[in-house]
Amino acid sequence: MSTATALAVPARRWAAVPARLRTGAGFVLAAVLLFAVAPAVLSDFRLGLLGKFLCFAIVAAGIGLAWGRGGMLTLGQGLFFGMGAYVMAMHLKLADAQVRGDAVPDFMAIAGVREVPGWWQPFSSPVVTLLAVLLAPGAVAVVLGLMVFKRRVKGAYFAILSQALAAAFATWVIGQQMLGGSNGLNRFRTFFGFDLADPANRRLLFFIAAGTLLVVVAVVRQLMHSRYGELLVAVRDQEERVRFLGYDPANVKVVAYAVAATFAGIAGALFVPLVGIISPSDVGIVPSIAFLIGVAIGGRATLLGPVLGAIGIAWAESSLSESFPSAWVYAQGALFIFVVGFLPGGLASLGGLLRRRRAPARQEASDGGTPGEPARPVPTTELEKEPVA
Amino acid sequence: MSSSTPSPRAERGPVYGGNAGMGSEYLEVRGLSVTFDGFKAVEDVDLTLFQGDLRFLIGPNGAGKTTVIDAITGLVPATGRVRKSGTQLLGLRTHQIARLGVGRTFQTASVFEELSVLQNLDIAAGAGRSPWTMLRRRPRIEPRVAEVLDTIGLTHLAGARAGILAHGQKQWLEIGMLLVGDADVLMLDEPVAGMSKEEREETGRLLRRIGAERTVVVVEHDMDFMRQFATSVTVLARGRVIAEGSVAEVQADPKVQEVYLGTATAAEHTPAMEGA
Repeated sequence: MSTATALAVPARRWAAVPARLRTGAGFVLAAVLLFAVAPAVLSDFRLGLLGKFLCFAIVAAGIGLAWGRGGMLTLGQGLFFGMGAYVMAMHLKLADAQVRGDAVPDFMAIAGVREVPGWWQPFSSPVVTLLAVLLAPGAVAVVLGLMVFKRRVKGAYFAILSQALAAAFATWVIGQQMLGGSNGLNRFRTFFGFDLADPANRRLLFFIAAGTLLVVVAVVRQLMHSRYGELLVAVRDQEERVRFLGYDPANVKVVAYAVAATFAGIAGALFVPLVGIISPSDVGIVPSIAFLIGVAIGGRATLLGPVLGAIGIAWAESSLSESFPSAWVYAQGALFIFVVGFLPGGLASLGGLLRRRRAPARQEASDGGTPGEPARPVPTTELEKEPVA
Repeated sequence: MSSSTPSPRAERGPVYGGNAGMGSEYLEVRGLSVTFDGFKAVEDVDLTLFQGDLRFLIGPNGAGKTTVIDAITGLVPATGRVRKSGTQLLGLRTHQIARLGVGRTFQTASVFEELSVLQNLDIAAGAGRSPWTMLRRRPRIEPRVAEVLDTIGLTHLAGARAGILAHGQKQWLEIGMLLVGDADVLMLDEPVAGMSKEEREETGRLLRRIGAERTVVVVEHDMDFMRQFATSVTVLARGRVIAEGSVAEVQADPKVQEVYLGTATAAEHTPAMEGA
C-alpha cells in the first residue's frame, strides 16, 4: 500500500498540469534526449545504430495509427519501407556515379551495363526523388486501400494480403539485376552532396532522422486527438455502425493506411544513408513482422507505445545478440507471447492497470456521481491524455 | 431521462396516419421482395409511412420484420421500390441511404464502447463534415449534440465511456445518434428488448416525443409495449403483410389472431407469440 501511495503522488501532480503544457514538455524532453544527450553519450557507431532504430520507430508510429487505432493489421509495411528505400538508394547511386564522373553506378559497370536504364533516370533528380519518397508509398496505399477496403476485406484477410504484397515485392526485387538482386544496393558515398564517410555528416543524418520522428509523432498525435481519430476508433470497433451513420468506412481506413505507408516510405529513405545498404531481406516478410513486434509490445493503441516499443526491441536485439547471439530470438518470441497473451494493450497498458487497481479506493473519495470506471473515453495511456468535454 | 418541457410540435404527439398533413415527409415501400438463395424472406411488401405516425412492425419470428429494415437501409439486396419523399433508396449504398436521413438501430446495441457518450454523438452528427474539420479537435460541444444529450437524458454521462452504460442507456444513446444525425426516418429494431419495466416506459415516452416530428418504425416483440405506444401497426407473417391499421383494428383482425396462435387473440398470448 505504501508503495502505491508513493507512486500515486507524482502521477496526480502530473495530471494536474494543463495538457498543452504537458505535451510541450514531452516534446522538449524528447528533443533534448535526441539532440543533446544521445550525441553526447553515444559513440558514433552507437549513434548510427540509434538512427536506424529511429527509422523503425517512424514505421512503428504509422503502424500504431493504422493497427492500434484503425484495426488494420498492416503485416506488409516492408513494401512501403522498401519503396522509399530503393528510390533513395537509386538516387544515391546515380549521384555517386555523377560525382566520380562515371556513366553508370559501380555495380552496373561490373555487370557490364553501359547505360543507365530509362526507369532509373528520373531519380537522378533530387526533387523527383524526394517527391517519390514522400508521395509514392502513400499513393500506392490509397489505390490498394480503396481496392481492398471498398470490397470490405478486413481482419486476417487484410493481414495476409498485405503480407503477400511485401513478399511479392521482395521477390520482384531479387529478380531485378538493376536493383542489385538479392545483394541489394550498397556502398553509398554521398548524401545530397555530403560525404557519408564524415562523422559530422553522419551525425547530421541522425538529427534528420530524430527530427523526422518528432514530426511524425506530432502528426500521429494530432490525428489521434482529432475528430478523425475518434471516427477511426469507431470504424475499428463497429464498422457496420459507422456505415449506418452515413460514413464510408473504406475512406476512413484508407487515410490511416496511407499515412502509415507514407511514414514507412520516409523511414526507408532515411534508413538507406544511415545504414548504408538496402536489400530484399530488409523489405520482405521478416522485417515486416519485426516492425509489428515492437508496436505490439509497446502498446499499439497509444501514441508513444509503438515508438518506444520499436526502439526498445531493436535496441535489445542489437545489444543482446552481441552477447548471446542465439538467445535473442527466443527472448523476443517469449516477450511477444507474453504481451499478446497477458497484456494485449502492450507495456503501455501497465500504467493504466496499476491505476485501475488503485482506483476503487480513491474514487469513493473524489467523485460520488459517476458509476463504474472513470470517464476515460479512448484507452490511451500517453501522458497528455485529457478529458473530452 | 429528461423531463424538460417538450417543444410545441412534440406536444402534438404522433397520431394514426401521421400528424403533418399534406406537407408530410414520407417513406413509401412498394413491392419490396428479398430472396436468400431461393428462399423468399420478404415478398411483395407495401408500406406507407408518414411523418408523425409511430408505426410498429410486428409478427412471429421469421416473419421478415428485420429483413424489411435491412432492405430499406441497404444492408441486403432487394427488389421493388423504396422512396423517401420521392427519392429512390433501393440500389443506393448503405452510407448514402443514411445520408438521406434514414437511420436505424440494431437488436444488439452497437454503440462505440471505447468512446465517450459525447464522442459517439459527435461522430453521428458529423457525416457531412469537411476533411479540414475532421482533422482538428472538437472545439466545443455543438448545440444540437447538447440538445440531443438532453432529449435522451444522458447529459450527466456525456463524458462517460459508452461501454459502461446500462443496457437501456445504450439503446437511448443509439436513438440519440440517429437524432443528432438529422435522420427523419428512424427504424428501431427491438429497442426495448432486455429492458426493465421502467426503462421501457422511458423509451416509450422518448419514442412518442421524437415520433411527433419524424417517421419512426419500431420492430417489436413486446405486445404490451406495442399496445401502449403504437399509433399504427403493420403485421408481417412469412414475409408478407397480413394486416395493417390501428392497434385495435389489428388486434381484432382474425388473420392476425390466426398467425399468432390458432384462433386465440394476440392480446391473451403474448409469451406464445414470442416463441411462435
